[in-house]
Amino acid sequence: MGVTTWALQKSLWVYHVNAGACNNCDIEVLELLTPRYDIERFGMVLVGSPRHADVLAVTGVCTRQIMPRLQEVYLQTPKPCVVMAIGSCAGGQGIFTEAYHMATPVDETIRAVDPNAIIMYVPGCPPKPEAMIDAAVKAINFLKTL
Amino acid sequence: MTALGWAIVTLVLAGSGTLVLGLTLRWVDRKVTALVQWRVGPPWYQPFVDMLKLMGKENLVPSTARGTGFLIAPLVALASTLVVAAILWHACFRPQVGFVGDLIVVLYLLTMPALMTMLGASASGNPHAAVGASREMKLLLSYELPLLCAILVGLARAASLGGAAWTFRLGDLVQAQSTWPAVASASGVLALLVAIVCAQAKLGQVPFDLAEAECEIMSGVLVEYSGPSLAMFLLARAMLLALMPLLMILVFWGGLYTGAWWGILTFAGKYLLLVALVTLIRNTNPRLRIDQTMKLFWFVLTPAAVLALILALNGH
Repeated sequence: MGVTTWALQKSLWVYHVNAGACNNCDIEVLELLTPRYDIERFGMVLVGSPRHADVLAVTGVCTRQIMPRLQEVYLQTPKPCVVMAIGSCAGGQGIFTEAYHMATPVDETIRAVDPNAIIMYVPGCPPKPEAMIDAAVKAINFLKTL
Repeated sequence: MTALGWAIVTLVLAGSGTLVLGLTLRWVDRKVTALVQWRVGPPWYQPFVDMLKLMGKENLVPSTARGTGFLIAPLVALASTLVVAAILWHACFRPQVGFVGDLIVVLYLLTMPALMTMLGASASGNPHAAVGASREMKLLLSYELPLLCAILVGLARAASLGGAAWTFRLGDLVQAQSTWPAVASASGVLALLVAIVCAQAKLGQVPFDLAEAECEIMSGVLVEYSGPSLAMFLLARAMLLALMPLLMILVFWGGLYTGAWWGILTFAGKYLLLVALVTLIRNTNPRLRIDQTMKLFWFVLTPAAVLALILALNGH
């Protein structure tokens, strides 16, 4: 493990992408910044631009409208980066699988532009903040193997 | 040692020292913010790790960008801040040696980071960055005039205290104020207060962070920067955070007296007080709109600085 990889797992900056979510997961993501969970203890902060990000926190089903934009945002993120599919919708489109406005699920959408993308799944509707912290820890453990 | 040798040694020592100091102050800022918000906050090495990480990331240049200007801007910003660091620390530790007009050079170089963020933002071809650059420009036009007036007050006090002609050498300025600093007078206090608000704007901290307002224009001027070039801008800002209090101490508060242990202690006390003020202002204020900012600087702080200058010229 190189020095920069070590630094990467100590300082993951998160950009939040809403790919057609119902706002429930988004509220739970913001919960991570509150005094109770305080994710900044691990060096994680929310940033305003995908260019600064190391983690894309994707919530939502990935509609046909958002699909090309999600791919664009993924390409705009400097590598190495981790995609975190948050919620049942982002994991596998949930109850909306058969709906008319669905594109491919988040993981397939991103693998279409980068087959080697690192994708973490956080199931739940919405997932608890503890589950997201667990996913962050798993992402960090995965980055250690790079 | 030759003059060139000294210059290089000063640049390397002051530059690396200011880098470490600036990043540590960034951590203090984040930790205090976290404590104010009843959180735990990041560990002490967090800003260092952030910079190290950015060095290992990809450096993306957007397809709409002018590559050369986009990539040169952060380099020039960092380089000019390094030179400012060298001149200011040199004036602290060897006040007798220095060139005439180093204060003017410092003031010119201190505007370079703001100019370079504008240049880089304009070269990136991003509409959010363009809005940020326009705001940065208005901010620069707002705070430069009161800042210069406030610094003139320091010069006028030094001239009347030292009983000599006006000097633009930082070393002379410090020596004229060694017994009785400029801040121990009505005009000095007023000028220092104006300078503190101007420094807040120069550092781009809340309430004057409108050039990179995260929630409305997505970090504005820095929106297209990634990896090493972003790290260079952030390093330049961290160094500015370490340098602005130093400049204020040199101009208004008698500099650093290295002759005795209490000299160094009082210097550290003044320094920490000014840094704590930056964090305190940042944590207790909402962001101002650009028109409110310009009104504040032009119609409140500039008259205050001019008043301080008139007071200082009359010996108060």
